[in-house]
Amino acid sequence: MTQSTPARSGLRLAIRWLALVVLTGTAIFWGVKGAHRGWSQNLVPIPQLDEITGIEYVTYEERFVPGVDFLAGGIGTAFALFAVSFLFRPKPQPPTA
Amino acid sequence: MNKTILASLVSLTIVGSALAAPLSFDFKDPKGVNAIQFHLDSLLEPIAGTASGVTGAVNFDPANPGATAGKIVVAASSLTVSNSKMTEHLQGNNWLDVANNPEIMFELDQLSEVQTSGNTTTAVASGKFTLKGVTKAISVPVRLTHLAGAYGKRINKPEVGGDLLVIRGEFTINRADYGIQPGKNEDKVDPEIKLMLAIVGGAPQA
Repeated sequence: MTQSTPARSGLRLAIRWLALVVLTGTAIFWGVKGAHRGWSQNLVPIPQLDEITGIEYVTYEERFVPGVDFLAGGIGTAFALFAVSFLFRPKPQPPTA
Repeated sequence: MNKTILASLVSLTIVGSALAAPLSFDFKDPKGVNAIQFHLDSLLEPIAGTASGVTGAVNFDPANPGATAGKIVVAASSLTVSNSKMTEHLQGNNWLDVANNPEIMFELDQLSEVQTSGNTTTAVASGKFTLKGVTKAISVPVRLTHLAGAYGKRINKPEVGGDLLVIRGEFTINRADYGIQPGKNEDKVDPEIKLMLAIVGGAPQA
């Protein structure tokens, strides 16, 4: 690392902000999309009824519903970014004479 | 005069035989409703899905439901769950190996414990069930509903005559019996698979 101390501080702060954005963004996206507590879905089952026969059947709608795997991935990424930010600690200033 | 009576009797006999003959119901549904639903308990949430590629034919005689015979075939590649990665896994060679075992099949040998009330017959269907290339004899409680004259109405062509036969059933198999990950991942995916059947076959009037 060759950055000067203010640059390292700035980078560390930027990474931490990014971690926060990833964490909150993932949580908000997961919540807005229905807070599904199972696995992520990309085909959503829609129950249907055939009126003549009374058969209940399922059709699938193509849309993404994030599950807890998505939430865990977002939280994991945010924590990884936060951990990486510690690599950019400002170097201690040499004592001035 | 005698010849006329004889001819009439012969005609009536032929018509009578035709009416008493079992109807052949085709289970390739033009409306795409037919599917086998399956359900396995697993970690986090149950794995539930459908297999919709249903074909086959069943001969059903409304006057003699006990003589019902036929075969239902499901295209293994039509198996779908709500997560496409999971669908790939289930169709892959570790699970159903659909490339080498393209058909799931039930061949009905006989109906027993037949009870008919109105247009509905309940019975136990005994036959051969084939999954992942393994065939085993099983017995499944079924309910058959004969909807006379409903074929045309269902396809929005009331002028077309014909009947419908709805078959419903529910049974459980052990995946290890069919070579599906025997003894593996039982803490994550239940060894039992619940199968639910609700399918309709059509017999249009010729």
